Amino acid sequence: MNPLAAIGRAFLALLEAMGRLVLFAAAAVSHIVRPPFYPRVLLRQMVDIGYYSLPVVALTTLFSGMVLALQSHTGFARFSAEGAVAGVVSLAITRELAPVLAGLMVAGRVGASMAAELGTMRVTEQIDALSTLSTDPMKYLVAPRILAGFAMLPLLVLVGDVIGIFGGYIVGIYKLDFSPAAYIDQTWRFVEVRDVVSGLVKAAAFGFLVSLMGCYHGYRSEGGAQGVGRAATNAVVSSAILILVFNYIITELFFAK
Amino acid sequence: MSGPDEPKIRIRGLHKAFGAKSVLRGVDLDVGAGESVVVIGGSGTGKSVTVKCMLGLVEPDGGSILIDGAESVGLRGAAREAVNARMGMLFQGGALFDSLPVWENVAFGLVAAGQKTRGAAKPVALDSLARVGLGPEVGELMPAELSGGMQKRVALARAIAARPDIIFFDEPTTGLDPIMADVINDLIVQCVRELGATALSITHDMASARKIADRIAMLHDGRIVWSGPVSEIDESGNDFVDQFIHGRASGPIRMAVRR
Repeated sequence: MNPLAAIGRAFLALLEAMGRLVLFAAAAVSHIVRPPFYPRVLLRQMVDIGYYSLPVVALTTLFSGMVLALQSHTGFARFSAEGAVAGVVSLAITRELAPVLAGLMVAGRVGASMAAELGTMRVTEQIDALSTLSTDPMKYLVAPRILAGFAMLPLLVLVGDVIGIFGGYIVGIYKLDFSPAAYIDQTWRFVEVRDVVSGLVKAAAFGFLVSLMGCYHGYRSEGGAQGVGRAATNAVVSSAILILVFNYIITELFFAK
Repeated sequence: MSGPDEPKIRIRGLHKAFGAKSVLRGVDLDVGAGESVVVIGGSGTGKSVTVKCMLGLVEPDGGSILIDGAESVGLRGAAREAVNARMGMLFQGGALFDSLPVWENVAFGLVAAGQKTRGAAKPVALDSLARVGLGPEVGELMPAELSGGMQKRVALARAIAARPDIIFFDEPTTGLDPIMADVINDLIVQCVRELGATALSITHDMASARKIADRIAMLHDGRIVWSGPVSEIDESGNDFVDQFIHGRASGPIRMAVRR
């Protein structure tokens, strides 16, 4: 076997896969803005992504805020800078932890479920049935899911911001003996609008990516139950990787000097 | 539109390959208006692919499919939806939407095509369910709560709800016990007759084929190798047909082990 040919084939396969994904994303976005619209399907997806992900996002950001307060206090105590704990917690939560952790949690919960649902619909011919019933499956299945992910993750992150900062506050007040007024004052003084906005922009991008990968892998699923399982795994893994990559890119765009 | 002698469906030289595997190698088939044609053939001979080409679910590599004299190969978007709105399809596994109750499954095509609002479509859906012998209480159930036979009936109700000109039946009796299979066959005959629709079915169940067909066509190796009235199938003089209808392992048909 010629190793150069093998590398070439792998590279071409990668380009082909990327091209397919970009075309799928472009088709999905075009269906989002063109009628007919399916408000009932969109509402169901918004509830599924937004409301039902609340507990997992709330718990994740709460404990992240709490542990961040503990760890940063340990570090800052070495420089007698314990007063910076509230600011560090709020910056870390709003800029990074809430959007990234919420994105990863939603990828695990929603991305996998979208891939499994659409994959099952593919292998049981339900997607074909939609086409025969004068309904474009991209418009009915994919567009509402991607729009719901794009719209709901920022709301989840906003809630996560508040709960994460509250987690730091609990540890600060009850464990590290901060004064409540001083802790809240520190938080207000440190956090800028740009910190929150950057987190929300990240959340919108992550919501889009998670839904896109869930739909893409589910929609293209083949090979029965094994194929559906593979689609769910691929959706979660690719979403997680893309979240981390885009987290860096968006951070660079917002905060690079 | 079709002329008086023009068939409702005319397929000529239909070709389709998946990778190196050539599935359809020049299918020619005519189905007259109001006629019920059953395509028989072994597994993997391209029966389902032929129907999926007609519905635009699979893009053929070559050939022509005329519906009422108008070419349907290559149609996209609204043009394809307009053609499909005149067709109904009963899928092999039913393909009911898990997330919707039975009546919404049946009403789906009516609402999607803009023929009815959701509220106005419900009585029509319940009427379609009644035509296949299911009461209104079934309409509120979810598909997962139904037996295989009931799912097939619901799928049939969905296929006829929009009163289509053409109905496709993909293995309508597969997975059913003989009695339920006969019930489904009777319902198919009754529904097609009531609607005056053109029917194209694919099956390898000969009892079903004999019951629902006016004419039978045999697909083998990607081509139609015999076609004739159902009454002539036992004296077809075609070795492929003889082997298939008698279910003999020996003969000109060699079953492929791989798809």
